Amino acid sequence: MEHVQKNYFQNREFSFTLKDDIYVRYQSFTTQNELEKEMQKMNPYKIDIGAIYSHRPNQHNTVKSGTFQALEKELVFDIDMTDYDDVRSCCSAADICCKCWTLMTIAIRILDRALREDFGFQHLLWVYSGRRGVHCWVCDEAARKLSVAARSAVAEYLSLVKGGEETVKKVVLTDPIHPFIRESLAVVERYFPKYALQEQDILSHRESVDKVLSLVPEDVRKELQQDFQNEKKPETRWKLLRDQATKKQATAKKGQYFEKEVMLQYCYPRLDVNVSKGVNHLLKSPFSVHPKTGRISVPINLKELDVFDPFAVPTISLICEELDRPRAGEDEEKSEESKDKENEKDAAERRKIRDYKRTSLAKYVKYFDQFLDAMARSWKGELLRKSDLQKEF
Amino acid sequence: MQFVSRQKKLLPNSQTELYGQCLQFYGQPPLENIALSEFETFAVERLKLLKTVENLGVSYVKLSEQYKKKLDQEFKNLNFPYRADADDRKSQSGPSEIEKRRKDHISHFILRLAYCQTEDLRRWFIQQEVDLFRYRFSSLSSKQKLEFLHKNNLQYDAISVEEKKALQDKLVNSSYAVSGITVEDQDFYKVPFQDALDLVRTRKVYLKAGYVYIPHQDIVTIVLNDFRTRLSKALALTARSLPAVHSDERLQPLLNHLSHAYVGQDYSIQKNVGKISLEQIDSLSGKSFPLCMRQLHQALRENHHLRHGGRMQYGLFLKGIGLSLEQALQFWRSEFIRGKVDADKFDKAYAYSIRHMFGKEGKRTDYTPYSCMKVILSNPPSQGDHHGCPFRHSDPELLKQKLQFYKVSPSGISQILELVKGMHYQLACQKYFELTHNIEDITFSLNHPNQYFVESQKVLGGGKDIKREMDTTQRLQEKSGRGSTAAREAAAAANVSQHLAEMTEELDSFFQDA
Repeated sequence: MEHVQKNYFQNREFSFTLKDDIYVRYQSFTTQNELEKEMQKMNPYKIDIGAIYSHRPNQHNTVKSGTFQALEKELVFDIDMTDYDDVRSCCSAADICCKCWTLMTIAIRILDRALREDFGFQHLLWVYSGRRGVHCWVCDEAARKLSVAARSAVAEYLSLVKGGEETVKKVVLTDPIHPFIRESLAVVERYFPKYALQEQDILSHRESVDKVLSLVPEDVRKELQQDFQNEKKPETRWKLLRDQATKKQATAKKGQYFEKEVMLQYCYPRLDVNVSKGVNHLLKSPFSVHPKTGRISVPINLKELDVFDPFAVPTISLICEELDRPRAGEDEEKSEESKDKENEKDAAERRKIRDYKRTSLAKYVKYFDQFLDAMARSWKGELLRKSDLQKEF
Repeated sequence: MQFVSRQKKLLPNSQTELYGQCLQFYGQPPLENIALSEFETFAVERLKLLKTVENLGVSYVKLSEQYKKKLDQEFKNLNFPYRADADDRKSQSGPSEIEKRRKDHISHFILRLAYCQTEDLRRWFIQQEVDLFRYRFSSLSSKQKLEFLHKNNLQYDAISVEEKKALQDKLVNSSYAVSGITVEDQDFYKVPFQDALDLVRTRKVYLKAGYVYIPHQDIVTIVLNDFRTRLSKALALTARSLPAVHSDERLQPLLNHLSHAYVGQDYSIQKNVGKISLEQIDSLSGKSFPLCMRQLHQALRENHHLRHGGRMQYGLFLKGIGLSLEQALQFWRSEFIRGKVDADKFDKAYAYSIRHMFGKEGKRTDYTPYSCMKVILSNPPSQGDHHGCPFRHSDPELLKQKLQFYKVSPSGISQILELVKGMHYQLACQKYFELTHNIEDITFSLNHPNQYFVESQKVLGGGKDIKREMDTTQRLQEKSGRGSTAAREAAAAANVSQHLAEMTEELDSFFQDA
């Protein structure tokens, strides 16, 4: 990219996790080539990306103490399915399935809207983590320059589910209901009937019903327990619960939004504030391979969000396999080029660049390129604007 | 929209002009000569004020009736300006309003010298000064607030009437304090969200495309943010000029003492290392651990694992009660191995962070055990966590069950729950101490889990010896800071200034009673 500030790449921190869990931080490189060579040499199991520092990270020990600091970093979010273990019945811990994957879809829709419409960010890249969650990289210049306090404020604005093991009711709404909560509820409501009532079955069996009812006020709970003895269908049970809520909203001043609170507790995105607020924090690189599943961390095209299938994401073995397949007309090409040794080197480079297009990664790289193009246009626009302003003087 | 940069303040030609307003941003340092004794008195009194601000902030909701009343009282006692209207020249005993404002100005800048040196000190100082400012700004009338804003050049764009109308519903629904009438009557300002983080964090404002829409009445939060940012930058600058200040031998001992005094006992210097054996921990957790640590210990024993927040809070506490690094490694390792972690993985992944806690890795900072303030206010627990303060972070129902399980009497439990309801978390823990140790009234004010442990051991051990040891080491820590050379220097300086020695003793006892 020609328009980027000088030293941006050289001052970017990378970290590698090597065999035997050896973790090396403060890696930095002068050129793309150097990065490639180092990756080939070290064979990292995990590659993480960190901040842009004031000096080259691999020289941080030579810098006077206190002057080596992080200057910019993308604003990131990490949504991990394990954080939803108390509200999903199909899987737990590191497992995911197509039923609970909907939680990620909901999370992306809610957070993407909020980051764009509420905060005004434009360049968001959503990436599948490779196993049990998604990451969001907010790459706007304003986002990269946010302070720790600002990042933490953004993350807290986006947090609605609060409490650990010791808390039963994790979402409490009071009047007035903020427009952000209303917008988020609108998204949740679209998915709730199919996701929660059918797939997760939260109102069928005794145990799960009890869990839901533990979130409603005691008087309502007693009535619903009675009603549920005669009504077994989950959709109808949910309607009864909603009717109770409507009744309460007409009269009570407190605890009246319990139907919204239930929906949010079961579906609203749970993010780790600590990941988002750290300017020194490192996050898994897009397109890296997940060491436990072999899946590539591919960017997610939001236009196809509802059909995204984490189990259809290419694995490294698949990619290798696809690369090994012979190309049409390859033998002729080879004999032509091997005549000229200089050309051979160039050709190898060109082939390398074209190769991924033969694999399942093609569409993901294309999407990523579009993302980068949008950023480049934005940057160019910014430069023009700045130079226009300068001309006025 | 941006700030208009602050105009350079003209040098005042009279004190009345300089101190014409009750409240100030402390933009300009004082430019006069003062006596050393005044220097000392002013600094100590402001520190007492800030300490009060801190304590009240934990025991009461900020700006509640009780909070304001108590803080008002402290202002009166220490002769700080708190009433904007008191321009009265009526003869009263004690200093005039102008004199109080001058003291406010000077004492603030003196404390900047003492509190700019480390990240922790800066954070504490900024937090208390912001709370103090918030309290004083909130006491101004609307007219006075406007005057303050104008005088300090805070300008943001107001949105048009049409835009206000279009956004009316959203504006009303974004804040409890904004009604349809507010929208009609008041100007709304468009402020970049980075300038209003407190409002964004708590979702108390309408946010669109990166801007928050604030009614005039709420502009205080913006002002606070501005105050905080400026103070933070100023402290960083002050730190750079410190060497010059420290070379003045009259000031150095006082400044050192001031910056150590805020923290009281921080349990960072390990005493009794190795006096506790690992076999004792289970029984100690029931007898002498505060509820938060007892909870963490139990979770660790049950799950053979703790997440990062829990490992930090509990690990540092154990360090504070005297576990050595070797003991700590053995303790965590043996527990984790019983779970899903094998010995190899433990040595690779977890041992590093334990050594880190003891200052043997990375930055080699010796981390200090968390105070109650830190546990209550930072890093709230989420799904899967067991750290935090149970009085603050647990559901009252679950807390009740837990206390019942630990055999606390029903009347005791309701007393505790009452305190929790009133948000008096440390008082609730003190009550827990009283109930579990079978004593009527404890003689200390709880602000640190390790303090709980020490006091508990005192009660259970009948410790006269322990008390003597605590007192000596505590005084040693406060007076000497780090290392023996500093102690010798401090002693020498104290000999030189008798007044200073008396003052510092007074300071010591103030903080021991607090």
